[in-house]
Amino acid sequence: MRRTTYREITGQYVGFYGLMAGLGVLILLSLAAAWHMEHQGHHVTGMTNQIVWGMPHVLAIFLIVAASGALNVASLGTVFGRTWYKPLGRLSGLLALALLVGGLAVLVLDLGRADRILVAMTTYNFKSIFAWNIYLYTGFMAVVVVYLWVQMERRMNRFAPAAGLVAMIWRLVLTTGTGSIFGFLIARQAYDAAVLAPLFIAMSLSLGLASFNLTLAAICRGTGLELGDGLVSRLGRLMGVLAAVVLYFTAVQHLTNLYAAEHAGVERFILLEGGVFTALFWVGQVLLGGLVPIALVFTLPAGRALGRVVLASILVFLGGIAQIYVIVIGGQAYPLVLFPGKEVQSSFFDGVVMSYVPSWPEITLGVGGFAMAAAIVMVGLRSLRFLPESLADAALDPHHRAAPTVAEEKAPA
Amino acid sequence: MTGRTPQQGFDPRRRRFLSAAAAAAGVTLAPGVTFYGVTAAGSAAARAPEDPVTSSVRWGLLVDVNKCREGCNACVTACVEENGLRGNGRPETDAQWIRKVELRDPSTGAKRSLPLMCQHCASPPCVDVCPTGASFKRADGIVLVDKHICIGCRYCMLACPYKARSFIHEVVEDQKPYAPRGKGTVESCTFCVHRVDEGRTPACVEACAEAGGDAMTFGDLNDPDSRISKQVAAYVTDQIRPDLGLDPGVRYRNL
Repeated sequence: MRRTTYREITGQYVGFYGLMAGLGVLILLSLAAAWHMEHQGHHVTGMTNQIVWGMPHVLAIFLIVAASGALNVASLGTVFGRTWYKPLGRLSGLLALALLVGGLAVLVLDLGRADRILVAMTTYNFKSIFAWNIYLYTGFMAVVVVYLWVQMERRMNRFAPAAGLVAMIWRLVLTTGTGSIFGFLIARQAYDAAVLAPLFIAMSLSLGLASFNLTLAAICRGTGLELGDGLVSRLGRLMGVLAAVVLYFTAVQHLTNLYAAEHAGVERFILLEGGVFTALFWVGQVLLGGLVPIALVFTLPAGRALGRVVLASILVFLGGIAQIYVIVIGGQAYPLVLFPGKEVQSSFFDGVVMSYVPSWPEITLGVGGFAMAAAIVMVGLRSLRFLPESLADAALDPHHRAAPTVAEEKAPA
Repeated sequence: MTGRTPQQGFDPRRRRFLSAAAAAAGVTLAPGVTFYGVTAAGSAAARAPEDPVTSSVRWGLLVDVNKCREGCNACVTACVEENGLRGNGRPETDAQWIRKVELRDPSTGAKRSLPLMCQHCASPPCVDVCPTGASFKRADGIVLVDKHICIGCRYCMLACPYKARSFIHEVVEDQKPYAPRGKGTVESCTFCVHRVDEGRTPACVEACAEAGGDAMTFGDLNDPDSRISKQVAAYVTDQIRPDLGLDPGVRYRNL
């Protein structure tokens, strides 16, 4: 088998430093937003005593969930032995690390007492899934670092399948933990469901791959790295399958709730009468974030897959944000049911569907997490050999030319 | 031997007699004394500061909803005053430890009014989910937040079925020394733990009695002779969301 050669990105690529400067500005703005929220208190945000988790949590959860899924490609290569994906294993690990760091940074900077991060790191209540997640997240970083090392150090390559297996199991547990943050909440009508754990796993696989596809396309565009159509088609179709799995678990989640009369209210809210949440669910998540990209990737024109796969990845990416928004914010906006069957009224908004408008500091903080992830990837690519010399189909699979899609396109030339 | 432990020489009749005598003496000799003093006798016994809190006591609160008047806010006002909960005119972010909830049965039109606060559950979800253990339950059943290790993640607020907790969204000033509060942390009703530890009743209970409502009874649910224990034994009482199995320390009668 041909040995893949890896390289750093070198030279003055157009836009590299400009992009880094832009990301730096976004990161600085997000730090300023966090400082503003910390200094003034959270009343400057859209979050209240009713909607206690807001936009920073939506974006942080997206980043964390996507981090786990960004490792799909590495798992496919080392655990499942798919040669197409092997050269991308390093980039997959780097992106997973970067997304997780970005997500955790947002989560930590939103804390009421972010200065007490050391308390969070040293004082644990092991009955809390949140405390477990602190271990799962930091442990994931350690596992991925080792995984990257055994991939990048040739003498250690033989341990890559074992490290890959550990990393894959770890990320399944990690996403189970993230889904269980909501699944374990007995109080809320929209949560308290075991299906949230597999739903979050499916979301991680789909959103992580969408993030990977977009990252890969951007890198290839920026560095001039050749990207084979066969590889792009494979990545696109795989994302389509995973997006369909997300739709499946979403359907199970809502159908199960619809069957239970006690959940009829919250389901009517999300599916029919929830205004922005209903629109985000049907149009954002299901249609634009699910059905359209699935249709796009399963009708790829031969030889010209990249544009469609990028569009589909953008749609899955945005649909994922819509989905997490509906879960996190919609689930809180629907009032707690304290007195079933009774109309309630109080000075604390009992029985009231709460509205939430994300404030600029919240959005800026969340966007900063994405900027941080992107910056980490860029610094990583420039410092270490994460990228293969070529991602042309022929370089990935010597037999690829036999595939009809590419052969037909290239035949006239 | 003059000292008496709960196990030695315990005579409920003598205790009841003494309670009644104390009540009679209080009412007769000190007309200005407030009603809480009577209700407190035998229920909220003082614990010496050096003694540890024990699980032999389970503090509880019984609300007789029939006696709770719509529009009466005495308990809320007393809580705000006692714990220094001055708001900033932003109801969505201002802290509320206790609130009046008005209920209406849409099929019959029947109305109810009741106070709602931290229910001091025996199995509190807020304690289960808190990553640092800042949310904790004392041995005597009072659920509190350790302000020194609360990181302000608000997961407990998501977990509480009663929406009983508030996040401090702004700088707080003029705090009461016995009720420390801090921006960026979560807080809720403490059952006025500083008063309970002195053998007094929570401010809301006292205010309710002063306002003539007498809808709230505070006491030790583990003491069969306490007023609250006798009432919950004699009458059917309800917990809010009993289906969750949390065993709240706050009960409601005539709900």
